[in-house]
Amino acid sequence: MNSPRSAWLFLAPALVVLGVFFLLPVLAALILSLTDYDLYALADLRNLRFVGLGNYWELLHRPLFWSALGHTLYFVAVGVPLSMGASLGAALLLNSPLAAAKPLFRTALFAPVVTTVVAVAVIWRYLFNTRYGMANYVLGLIGIQPVDWLGDPHWAMPTIIAFAVWKNFGYNMIIFLAGLQAIPPELYEAARIDGASPWRQFRHITLPMLRPTMLMVGILTVSGYFQLFAEPYVMTEGGPLQSTVSVLYLMYDEGFKWWNLGSASAVAFLLFLLMFAVTVLLLKLSRRGEAP
Amino acid sequence: MTPRLAKALVNGLLLGMAAVALFPLLWMLSVSFMAPGEASALPPPLLPQHPSWANYRELFLRAGMGRYLLNSVLVASAITALSLVFNLMAGYAFAKLRFAGRERLFRALLGALVIPAQVAMLPLFLLLKYAGLVNSYAGVVAPALASVFGIFLVRQYARGIPDELLEAARIDGAGEWRIFMRIVLPLLQPIIVTLAIFSFLAAWNDFMWPLIVLTGQEHYTLPIGLASLAREHAQDSELMMAGSVVTVLPVLALFLALQRYYLQGLLLGSVKG
Amino acid sequence: MKPPAPRSWRGRWLATIAAGVVLLGGCAAAPPATQLTFWTIGREGEAIAQLLPAFERAHPGITVKVQQLPLTAAHQKLLTAFAGGSTPDLSQLGNTWLPELAALGALEPLQARVDASFVVQPRDYFASIWATNVIDGALLGVPWYVDTRLLFYRKDLLEAAGFDAPPRNWAEWRRQLAALSDPAQHRYGILLPTNEYEQLMSLALQQSEPLLRDGGRYGNFESAGFKRALTFYVDTFKLQQAPAISNVEAGNPWTEFGRGVYAFYLSGPWNIGEFRARLPAAQQDAWATAPLPGPDGAGIGVAGGSSLVIFRTSKHKDAAWQLIEYLSQPAVQQRFYALLGDLPPRRSSWQGAALRDDPKLRAFREQLERVKPAPPVPEWERIANEMQLVAAEAIAGRMTIDQATAEIDRRADAILAKRRWVLDHARERTP
Repeated sequence: MNSPRSAWLFLAPALVVLGVFFLLPVLAALILSLTDYDLYALADLRNLRFVGLGNYWELLHRPLFWSALGHTLYFVAVGVPLSMGASLGAALLLNSPLAAAKPLFRTALFAPVVTTVVAVAVIWRYLFNTRYGMANYVLGLIGIQPVDWLGDPHWAMPTIIAFAVWKNFGYNMIIFLAGLQAIPPELYEAARIDGASPWRQFRHITLPMLRPTMLMVGILTVSGYFQLFAEPYVMTEGGPLQSTVSVLYLMYDEGFKWWNLGSASAVAFLLFLLMFAVTVLLLKLSRRGEAP
Repeated sequence: MTPRLAKALVNGLLLGMAAVALFPLLWMLSVSFMAPGEASALPPPLLPQHPSWANYRELFLRAGMGRYLLNSVLVASAITALSLVFNLMAGYAFAKLRFAGRERLFRALLGALVIPAQVAMLPLFLLLKYAGLVNSYAGVVAPALASVFGIFLVRQYARGIPDELLEAARIDGAGEWRIFMRIVLPLLQPIIVTLAIFSFLAAWNDFMWPLIVLTGQEHYTLPIGLASLAREHAQDSELMMAGSVVTVLPVLALFLALQRYYLQGLLLGSVKG
Repeated sequence: MKPPAPRSWRGRWLATIAAGVVLLGGCAAAPPATQLTFWTIGREGEAIAQLLPAFERAHPGITVKVQQLPLTAAHQKLLTAFAGGSTPDLSQLGNTWLPELAALGALEPLQARVDASFVVQPRDYFASIWATNVIDGALLGVPWYVDTRLLFYRKDLLEAAGFDAPPRNWAEWRRQLAALSDPAQHRYGILLPTNEYEQLMSLALQQSEPLLRDGGRYGNFESAGFKRALTFYVDTFKLQQAPAISNVEAGNPWTEFGRGVYAFYLSGPWNIGEFRARLPAAQQDAWATAPLPGPDGAGIGVAGGSSLVIFRTSKHKDAAWQLIEYLSQPAVQQRFYALLGDLPPRRSSWQGAALRDDPKLRAFREQLERVKPAPPVPEWERIANEMQLVAAEAIAGRMTIDQATAEIDRRADAILAKRRWVLDHARERTP
């Protein structure tokens, strides 16, 4: 048995870092969100006032907050299923005994994950250029009119979603692949002997066995997608017509562009509450699904 | 479906997906060698007519890319080395050392994962402002020195270390630090490599926090420098592609060189979770 | 890459000795070198790189390090730099941002230096432009280049419709707009992007009433003057003399202007270069510029542009001022114009041939004598954004003029609430 003191010594460095640079600021953010810390307070702290829930109240009455929330939910609701679908599809293909050159394909599909968002967003901005972009050129070959991908408020978010899916699906693909490989092959053998079709095998063996993995992947992906920021910052700067302003983008602008730290902190907390609620909801839903 | 058709279908789909995944990266590489303005033509050219290093020369000689590259290497290496030490120690403690409230503390840490890092950013900026660390490397490095995810990863892996091994060493009179260095670390080697790559990639690719805390060009990391260039030189696609190559290539190369560890570790970490 | 040229031993020795002499001489003669950090915003940084060598030659003790901030990130960078205590020695600063940094107390007052200067002569500057640099009685910046919005118009289209001159007042302007619009043919008198506030602001500044009242404590949008401006603006859309589209939907305004989709375009000096570059040579005589028409005669424009400021925390204020003086010389400003097309703020700089003789610039020269600054409060940009959002509602017909002006006042008053409190509070603190 080790002494508790030695355990704490092992823990101390990490806990101090997390405490000072994370826990403390989070608590401070809560307090900050109850004040009107702004440009005037930055100049002179005597200009700081306690405003209670005033920042939250004002945000809930601000159209821009709601539209930023709408854009973020749109990104999550469309992006997460698409991304997980792509991950699962790629994992199934890679796991198939028929696939050739698996390591090569795995590496190729995973490559976008390790790239830098900013750098690849820059690439996508050119690929989806209205005039000279490869995307419109290819569409033009099959007779489709050019689309103003990043300049049209209706298309900007779908383009960003496509980008995010391309960038991220490889990560979950690896986790799914591991989940698939952990399924005992005997289960499939037994099913085959019973004459079950591949689709039935997928529905009755693969999906149920993958369930825990799916839940974990789902929760992580959702919370990752809620934190949309770098993609619109580089690709659209929140435009056109603020159609890609996400909640975090709003927080960044509010906090570091206009220096309204009070209301920016309130934005951050509202995002946190929302993410928390969605995670709890996902866990609840999955438990209900498990019960019968 | 005949087996041959099925085989063709599976491999065809894989090939298609791989093409989609790799095309933007290959295109980036190709355009980076084109002459200014060459990529803005119809049909979009796939290969440079007269490949040249001109864009790279421009980047390093005039746009200060060398400095950004150096900053990125410095910051990412420092974060990787230091956070590795902190996370390994804590992860091991949570997995193998006994103390009151261990499970509760660990659950609390995991719970903290729900809080997006951005919540902390605004006060953290003020904290660093009063500490005089805004616009310094330390401002980027310090907050990244420990991560809940890293601790989690190490703990998951370290749980596989047999208790008997540690107890035997204790009976032999070895101190905790000695046990950690001599017995635990060698056993944790795969996860060390994994965690190192993870930390390095995360630090290299990090965007929002360095964007906030680094106000002066001389401290910019590659992503910040690139984003800044992208706003200045939006129309110079060839130059920007060269910048993207410089930013992406090091991490891509690192991944390719160590991907066995990386994927293996990623799998080990997630399956047990 | 070219390999380094081989050099003889003797050459190297000579070079070393020479370097030593220069170094020793340098140490003895000049004080240790001062390095100035100078932030520029947008394209100015590249042009400045070509102006600096001459400055550094003239001031051997000073080297200048230029850092270019992208336009869209500049505001954030300036404020975080202030908050983090890492501001540069001097910076370019848009004059709408001046009040903000002034409120922070970040800027060094410059009046004493100007009084002692032989180069910076306030009377040589356009008066209203100079005034934008005076906040609460303190001079905090020196104008670097100016910017105002006026009319670009298609001379040939106006002539074809029977008008031999651009409009001189609103009534005339309205008649011309009517004659030049044919919505069925997708032709409009003018392009006024519904998401840009500068156009409405130009019309509003032409009124005698200020946009904010009581020292910038409350909005003054329910004044008769602003209502007149908003009515003229909204009517232009209602009469289908301008399409109700944003600048995103408008896409490329230059070609559309060239095609005659719009006969007027209300914009700034940088578009002279754009039109020259983008319209075919044959069309270059078909367009011209004109000062803004006012409600009853020659109109007023927005006093825009950028200034040079020194930060209070700078350790090299004297050197920074020397750089400002250098950049304020008429000859340097003329070179700056040649490099970039930014218009100089000094009348004597306009004596240069390139500026004096350009027919497209004459309207700007004339307009600059009649400009008015936006209200000098830090909140102005946010208020202007809200003003435009509400105006867009009025354009869409969802609000009357009276409803819209009341709504803008309501929003402006809310934005200014903290300012009112701070102003009243400060008065209590310092009796």
